[in-house]
Order: sequence, then C-alpha cells, then structure tokens
Amino acid sequence: MLNVALPKGRIGEKVYSMFEAAGLECPSIRENNRKLIFENPEVGVRYFWVKPSDVAIYVERGAADIGVAGKDILLEYEPDIYELYDLNIGKCRMAVAAKEDFRDNPQKTLKVATKFTNIAQNYYTSLGRDIDIIHLNGSIELAPILGLSDVIVDIVETGTTLRENHLTVVESIVPISARLIANKASFKFKNEAIASIVKKLSEIKEGMSEN
Amino acid sequence: MNINDSVLKNEEKAIFGMRSLYRKYGYSQYKMSKFEEYDLYVRNKDFLVSDNIISFTDTNGRLMALKPDVTLSIIKNGSDAAGVVQKVFYDENVYRVSKGSHAFKEIMQVGLECIGAIDNYCIYEVLMLAAESLRSISAECVLDVSHLGIVSAVIDGMNVEEPVRNALLKCIGEKNAHEIAKLCTENSVSEDAKNRLLSLVSTYGDAKTVLPELKALCTDDASAACLDQLMEVVTALEASGCGDVLRIDFSVTSDMNYYNGIVFRGFVRGIPTGILSGGQYDKLMQKMGRKSGAIGFAVYLDMLEDLSEEGTPYDADTVILYTENDDMGALRSTVRMLTDAGQRVCAQKAVPEKMRYKQLLRLNGKGVEILETNA
Repeated sequence: MLNVALPKGRIGEKVYSMFEAAGLECPSIRENNRKLIFENPEVGVRYFWVKPSDVAIYVERGAADIGVAGKDILLEYEPDIYELYDLNIGKCRMAVAAKEDFRDNPQKTLKVATKFTNIAQNYYTSLGRDIDIIHLNGSIELAPILGLSDVIVDIVETGTTLRENHLTVVESIVPISARLIANKASFKFKNEAIASIVKKLSEIKEGMSEN
Repeated sequence: MNINDSVLKNEEKAIFGMRSLYRKYGYSQYKMSKFEEYDLYVRNKDFLVSDNIISFTDTNGRLMALKPDVTLSIIKNGSDAAGVVQKVFYDENVYRVSKGSHAFKEIMQVGLECIGAIDNYCIYEVLMLAAESLRSISAECVLDVSHLGIVSAVIDGMNVEEPVRNALLKCIGEKNAHEIAKLCTENSVSEDAKNRLLSLVSTYGDAKTVLPELKALCTDDASAACLDQLMEVVTALEASGCGDVLRIDFSVTSDMNYYNGIVFRGFVRGIPTGILSGGQYDKLMQKMGRKSGAIGFAVYLDMLEDLSEEGTPYDADTVILYTENDDMGALRSTVRMLTDAGQRVCAQKAVPEKMRYKQLLRLNGKGVEILETNA
C-alpha cells in the first residue's frame, strides 16, 4: 500500500487528478464528506489530506511514503527527503517586497518581516546583508505599511494584494512550484511503486505540454 | 545465567549480535571516556552531524565536551604504523541535538573503524559487516552504496564554481533531477556533462543491473578507476552472500572535505530514516595529521524502538495481595511457586493504579484466594 499525503485545497485536488490519471484512482476521495483518509486496496493506494505545510513532515517521518509539497515549504524546513519531480503546478515566486517609495539604506540593518525566516536568512546571508527578522504568521503585507519592517519576504502569485496595498516586488528570490517528494526509506522498500508513479506523472505532464 | 530473549529490547539484542559479529573479524572493543576536550570538535565542526555540543569547564579549567561523536576520539588517540590496520568497534552514547525537538538527546551508537593501510579487502570487510549489522536488526534491509570519486569526477567535468558545485551536490542528495537540469542551464554546462550527471542521479538498483550501465558514464581515467574499485568490492560482497541487500545509489553523499571513496547508508523497513551511515574518510585523517587511510560506520540504535512489536497487554500475570499480618514464609513460597511456573508475579499490599494483570490473588490464613481473573 502506497501512502500519499496530499495538501488540502485547490492544489491538492489538482494533484489528485494527476494521480488519478496516472492510474492511482480512489473514487471515494471525490465524495463530499469530512473524512481525512481514503483508500483503494485494488490499486494499492491510501490518500490523506493534510495541511500543506505539514506534508513534508508526514513524508520525512514516514507516515506518508510520498507527498506533494510546495518548494517554499521544502526550502523553509529543509526536510531530509527525496525531491523527485517538479509538477509545475501552483507556480509562484518567493520575493522581497516593499512600499513603492522604498529606498534601501545599506548602512542600516534591514528589518524583514516574513513567515519564511529560514529562506529570508539564507537569502540575505548570501548577499552578506545584516538583517533583523520579524517572524509573522499572516497579513505580512501590513508590516511595511505600519513601519514594523522595511521589507517583507513572501510568496507572490499575481501581485494583486501587493498592488492594492501600494507595495511592489523589489527582488525575486526563487521560483516556487509543487514538488513530488518521497520518504528516503520508502523509496528503497517501495521503489517499484514510487518509480512507476514518477514515470507516469512525467508522461502526463509531457502529454499536457504537447497539447 | 540464562537470559530469556523476550526480555531484551531490540537495541539490546542488536548490540549483543553486533559485538559478537565484530569480534569474529578481529575487531577489539574501544572504550572511552564520556568527555573529550572541546577543542577537538571545534577544529572539525563540519564533520559532526550537528553543530551543538554540550560543554563544561573541568576542575582544572579546561573546556570539555560531552562527546557528540566517537570517530574523532579514535583517530586522535591512534598512531600510524606501516602496513598495520587498527580494527576497533565501540558501543557508546553520544550527545547531539535532535532535529525534531531541537533539544539535546542521548543517542546509543554502535560502530566500527578500520584505520591504517586500507585496501580493497578492508573496504569489502567493512561493507560486509555493515550489511550483516543491518541483517542482525531486520531481514528487510538495504545498504545503499556510492563512490564519491565517481560523483566528484562527473562534477569536475562541468567546470563550475564552488557555490554551484555545492548546490549540485545538494540536489544529488535529494535525487532532484529537475533542479540539476536548471542549474546546468543557468551555468552553461554542456549537454553531455549535464546528461552524465542526470544519468548518475537517476541510477538506482542492484549492482548486477546498475554497474554495467555505469561503464558508459565513467569514461575518464579518474572515474573509471573508481568504478573498477567499486566493482571489485561489490563482486566480493556478492560472493559472500550480501548481494541481495546492496543497492547502488549515488544520492548517498557525504561532506567531500572529509570523505572520499566509497560511502554508504543503511535502511531497515519500518524506520523512516537511515540507521547506518559510513564511508572512507582519508581526508579527515589528513586534516588530523594522520598519514594513513580509514573507513568505518556507525549504527544509530535509538531508532530501533520503532521496530518493537506491541508488548504484552499485562504488566504482570499475577498480582498477589498480602497484609503486614500475613506470614512472610507463606508469601515467599507462593510467589516462588508461581515464578517457577513461568509467571510474572507482583506482590503488593494494594493494587497499583492502572496496573494490568491476568489474575488477582490474596493470601489468607489458610492459603490463596482468587479475587479476580482477566485472562
């Protein structure tokens, strides 16, 4: 039985459709109920919905053999897993944003508000810039508006929220998309099943890009 | 004294099994102090699994550490002798920060080191003992083997700067082919060199299938020599019956500032991370002023409790109640009679809260009375 952790939400549903097309269907998952675990013994798969930021933990700890997680989560938590395939969905970017009239003063410590402290720290360390990190859990865009921080490091998809709050992207850090990840031990002991799903997903993706 | 196997925990059984295995091949036990001078670890910080070390000032003013690693102490305390190989094993506790809890943890570790004039026989022997160590823990195990010389030769052929090299090595460890392809494109790496690395990363499987395929990748002298060494060692391992647990996997990477040559990781079904880690570390020896080579591995036993089957549902077979007025001789002989019959017996004045038992007995003046039966 292959245990698959799917991220709750729109991306997760898209991912399930890809898995379904790859032959790992589980019709009960489409039923409208509050169940968290869905199983299809005939094709040997068990799906469970988890919070997107928790997928990597389920996979790293072996509760799930494989899962789909955003690159942002993988960069932030650096789990000890295999990153087997870029599904190329849920595309966005990790970026530095600030007020439209922001001018960086390199003589001052830069105040950075973010949910992604590890990514922000690594990015500014690579630039040799001294920063003060302010960890926030949500509404990051408020921080520069209220003077809590000079800039924010956050995910930017369309940029609408930024524009509506008179903020702008100053620097792109890294492109983000959903990745298929696998537990290292599961990769050894369920290699055939995992290798087969990677192959089928890449065939589906190639077919989609050709059409 | 006869020890009933069922009372031993998985990690205890594994320690006994591995000790006798290593002794059989002439490895002697290395005992060491729990403490080591802090300076030893500061000088070789990158070699350690975690940066954090528990330190304290000794009574003579020296800064000491609770050891986070065993290998460095063994290298420090040995000396080079021409043609001789020092073979030692250890079972020691080390103190490291656990990734999950971010707190220090005592980790039980068993391992061995083979230090001196290392040749292919020594490498084979250490890998064979690693495979047998895994088998002593579980029949369902895998030993992934890689050769850093091959990985290094393939990356050298790309002519990339150090930061790109490090990023590529990280991707190799993650089997991250899509990021490798992206890095190669961004850094104008030739198609040929890119495809060579991508083939290496996607290589996974048993030696018989994988090694012949590698010949096409190892075309330069350096990687061809490494492949020859890998093939010789793997052939010896197959001949000694270890072929079924071996897998060739180049995602096994270790810090190339310390390790060179063959590196390996061991997994057993039921434990989500690797439980055995090892490799050849001639470069660490050089950094520590030693002229000879070395290879070794460690098995992390703290993970083995995950393999434990559900214990018995009862804390004792029988709880026997008595009072201070009861005859101690009668109590003693009743307990003895039941333990001789193979029961686990707990004599109590009152039943402890949450205790689970099959039967509850009470001593009375005439003998034993059954109060409750659960089995």
